[in-house]
Amino acid sequence: MSAPASDHGHAEPTSFTFTQENLELAKRIIAKYPQGKQASACMPLLDVAQRQNGGWLPRVAMDAVADLLGMPRIRVYEVATFYTMYNKNPVGRHHIQVCTTTPCWLRGSDDIVHTCKKKLGIEVGETTADGQFTLGEVECSGACVNAPVVQIGDDYYEDVAPEHMERILDALARGETPKPGSQTGRQSSEPVGGPTTLKAFSTAQAED
Amino acid sequence: MPKLTIDGIEIEVEPGTSILQACEQLGIEIPRFCYHERLSVPANCRMCLVEMERAPKPVASCAMPCGDGMVVRTNSETVLKARKGVMEFLLINHPLDCPICDQGGECDLQDQAMAYGFDRGRYGENKRAVKDKYMGPVIKTIMTRCIHCTRCIRFINEVAGVPDVGAVYRGEHMEITTFVEKAIGSELSGNLADVCPVGALTHKPYAFTARPWELRKTETIDVLDAVGSNIRVDARGPEVMRVLPRVNDDINEEWLNDKSRYSYDGLKRQRLDRPYIRQNGKLVPASWAEAFTAIAARLKGLSGNRVAAIAGDLVDVEAQFALKELLSRLGSANLDCRQDGARFDTSVRAGYLFNSGIAGIEKADVILLVGTNPRWEGTLVNARIRKRYMAGGVTIASIGEQRDLTYPYSVIGTGPDTLQQLVDGSHPFSETLRAAKNPMIIVGMGAFQRADGLAVQAAARLVGEVYGMFRDDWNGFNVLHTAAARVGGIEAGFLPGEGGRDIHGILDGASKGEIDFVYLLGADEIDMAKLGNAFVVYQGHHGDAGAHRADVILPGAAYTEKNAVYVNTEGRPQLARLAVFPPGEAREDWKIVRALSEVLGTTLPFDTHGQLRQRLMAANPIFGAVGEMTPASWAPFGAQGPVDAAPFVTPITNFYMTDPISRASVTMANCTEALVGPAQERTGTHG
Repeated sequence: MSAPASDHGHAEPTSFTFTQENLELAKRIIAKYPQGKQASACMPLLDVAQRQNGGWLPRVAMDAVADLLGMPRIRVYEVATFYTMYNKNPVGRHHIQVCTTTPCWLRGSDDIVHTCKKKLGIEVGETTADGQFTLGEVECSGACVNAPVVQIGDDYYEDVAPEHMERILDALARGETPKPGSQTGRQSSEPVGGPTTLKAFSTAQAED
Repeated sequence: MPKLTIDGIEIEVEPGTSILQACEQLGIEIPRFCYHERLSVPANCRMCLVEMERAPKPVASCAMPCGDGMVVRTNSETVLKARKGVMEFLLINHPLDCPICDQGGECDLQDQAMAYGFDRGRYGENKRAVKDKYMGPVIKTIMTRCIHCTRCIRFINEVAGVPDVGAVYRGEHMEITTFVEKAIGSELSGNLADVCPVGALTHKPYAFTARPWELRKTETIDVLDAVGSNIRVDARGPEVMRVLPRVNDDINEEWLNDKSRYSYDGLKRQRLDRPYIRQNGKLVPASWAEAFTAIAARLKGLSGNRVAAIAGDLVDVEAQFALKELLSRLGSANLDCRQDGARFDTSVRAGYLFNSGIAGIEKADVILLVGTNPRWEGTLVNARIRKRYMAGGVTIASIGEQRDLTYPYSVIGTGPDTLQQLVDGSHPFSETLRAAKNPMIIVGMGAFQRADGLAVQAAARLVGEVYGMFRDDWNGFNVLHTAAARVGGIEAGFLPGEGGRDIHGILDGASKGEIDFVYLLGADEIDMAKLGNAFVVYQGHHGDAGAHRADVILPGAAYTEKNAVYVNTEGRPQLARLAVFPPGEAREDWKIVRALSEVLGTTLPFDTHGQLRQRLMAANPIFGAVGEMTPASWAPFGAQGPVDAAPFVTPITNFYMTDPISRASVTMANCTEALVGPAQERTGTHG
């Protein structure tokens, strides 16, 4: 659970305007909802704003969404502060979110957090001095079968072991995008060591 | 009509009634924090749990509608246990600071903890602490005490219509805040502290000044606007400690605006507590006898038509009636209670009253505002219009300035010409009015404070006649006054007599030297320079503009210091009651006029308040119907004539300072600074 933003010491930008492209996108999103229910577009629009603003939501961006939807500004502020996936403070280029909820924790997420801390030289909730990495702990990412899970940007890295984590961080530092998904090479969430049931079916399929 | 059994008692209720309301009808008390009868029902405090047969677990009675055949128990072991559990959770994070809390002694949580609380805590972890928020000059916050009932959020969104307060973060981190850390831009913000069931939001000016059990409570009425809100004045010794609203569903429901609530500190400042006489250009203290003698000396030999009187905005009916009697004995017909210079026909009662009643707003389906900003001129009238808007199915339009009235409306014109277009049906809004079942027009003083006031009044009447606002079952013609004294003054006849001068005539006459003696009865809002060289007597309670100009000052009583009648804009007489005694040598106003009449050798024929009331009722029977609206019959009023195309201008430029009391109030100065000030041009002398 992210801490209340009262501890933020960053400078808030003074203005925010949607780019032409994002404004078009916003209009398409708003059009999905019935007339008079435009406020329903609040969350996707906050996401659009957050992406445009380098991964975090300054208050002016929330205001821009509120004004676009004709909502009182406090209503948007309530939504943005309620959900942890809206970042109220600036984040680095790579936002590393390590899931530490029970299944991931049982599968060694503490080691992953430790590896990140050691490798990046920052604590949870901090950003590296070069502005490249922000480390965060999150509650259940919803990929428990492939625990432990790390979300970086829009990608999930699953079955992560400390050595995988180091490799991923190195690759990101070099400007590469490591392959997302299971790091041990298993297909989506199939059992470790290959299928254990319906083998005949999969063999039959393979013969076709 | 569902029939159900509560605690073994059968009751039949209206469909849609909640179990909690049904319990109240039976006199069964259900504890609650989040439920408030005038706000929406979120059911988030869980304190009102009751047991219901065939329900798997206790249900929140505030949100559960009554159904046929329900069997409800409110006093079973399960219910008690459930409520105790809820209470224990509420108290987990609530600080144990009742001894230093301003809510102590009148706190819902404190009271209910007596019934459902445990005598020790089982919670060994750290309690949460929340940073206090800034909510403006009148609301003090101690947010650690908050139990998240969300009444404040619902009040400010639903009733006040200023969506400035919300809940941010979630779970244990949830906090109530304004957006963001700014003063709440509502004239009703004081009610937040009233709806708060704990001590999280309290009244800033009242902080640490008194305890509820040491206060003397007086039920009276407010006079700082013409709405006539019902209030309770809490006093300790000679001092008014606070003002709270009283429930009156016809007028203010249970709300009160910030000016009426918080300007009581003005009652202790700038007070006139003894008579003064001007000698060699300076006001020097004098005795009552000396002051009366000085007045008598000036009046000696003066012909009646050179004498005039003007009544101010806070004056009670008795004083105006007594002064009117005195002036007629002096042979003067020059008197007016419309110190703001408003011109309107007073010959027909329906022409100057809020005929539908404030509660009648809820029946209207089209509301047309003319030259008024009800948010500032009658805050609780505006709250009623917003309530009507929230109920849906109403069209609101305004002729005048564009302001934020807390509900959407369209400006269909700026001046009287729009009224004429509505009369002849050439305006597009005519269709809407024609289709309306209960159309309503609310005319403000901005429409009358102009040279063509009478013609505007006639045009407004014609609009009413054309669109069927006057029926046996409906009168939608409403005048919203700004002064509490106004309607009472008119009903008591404090108006120019046969051949007498009105306010404009009096001021013109005084500046030309045709009037030699002006009696200002609490009148402060006139241009004192126009009084010329006239001898001015000021009778009132504050050292404001009138007292500065006066040659003789007679100290009177403020509305909290006398038993008196005031008539609100609906024409409803109400009683103000003495909560504290006037300071020093100040006296009730009618007594001053009565005493002066004796010195002038023309003693008025009443010695007691009762006798005066009797005469008042004989002169106008409406004064006998205290608390009631006497319906006004219909007859043509106003004077049809040419109108000026100039736009209507609303008369109030600063809601927080409209009269001598609020101008003397530090709290109102703070409100002006925080809420009105920023909009005004700052000069080099600021900070």
